Amino acid sequence: MVATCAPLGDSFLARGMKHLPSISVDHPMALVSSLVSAVFTPWIAAGIAMLICFFACYLTALSWADLTYVLPTTAFGYVIIALLGRFWLHEQISPYRWAGILLITVGVGFAAQGPSRTERESEIASTTELPSPSEAGSR
Amino acid sequence: MIVAFQSGWWNPAVASAAAMIAAVVLCSTAGEVLTAAAMKSIGDLDEIRAHSGLKGAIRAVLTCPLFFAGVGFLALAFFSLLFALNHLNLSFAAPATASLTLVTNAIAGKIFLKENVDRRRWTAAILVCIGVYLLAH
Repeated sequence: MVATCAPLGDSFLARGMKHLPSISVDHPMALVSSLVSAVFTPWIAAGIAMLICFFACYLTALSWADLTYVLPTTAFGYVIIALLGRFWLHEQISPYRWAGILLITVGVGFAAQGPSRTERESEIASTTELPSPSEAGSR
Repeated sequence: MIVAFQSGWWNPAVASAAAMIAAVVLCSTAGEVLTAAAMKSIGDLDEIRAHSGLKGAIRAVLTCPLFFAGVGFLALAFFSLLFALNHLNLSFAAPATASLTLVTNAIAGKIFLKENVDRRRWTAAILVCIGVYLLAH
């Protein structure tokens, strides 16, 4: 979810902003009103919704996994966006980019094989010494 | 920067580019580490949601000061990236910051979050770092 929502959100925003007339920073009031009206454009609203979804999933992932596990594995989003560009938008992918895709995929494989969370001594002690509520209830 | 200074091609443009990239990477790393620390202190969000519903989970996140510190640094990283993009090419700034952040996060995760960054995670961080650079370059 994290790896899919972020690139989709970014591409929706990019697509939405390309369809708007160019925004000038010379007149602050006009800038604010054009940005506010941009938020209600369907593509941009969809992009913002996807990015909110990304952030919620990312926070949930961080609540049960290590940062050094979440970051490399969610980098698979870069691969998804490159493949979307290749097969949906028919962009050319250079050999360098294919090499990048290969390296990220191998890297994600390395990270995903290991444990997702560092076991703390206190956590190990609490799981081995204290019975869980369900166990205690069943006795 | 040290390399630039020693090899004799030191100039203000290289220094300012390095400083802008460093600012983005440092703010981003601080934001990620603080957000991760906040989520660890809150506990498993899925369990909180099972016990007290979606509102309870949102309240647990929004009442954590560390979370706001993390989001503040992430916002700072975003604006420093915008500032950097005003002076540097996107094809240089975006891959450089994204890939360097992966490595600095691995270091910060080990030091500040006391995560077990074993050989497998180092390999993953470095492979993804090079991969992101190649992909976006």
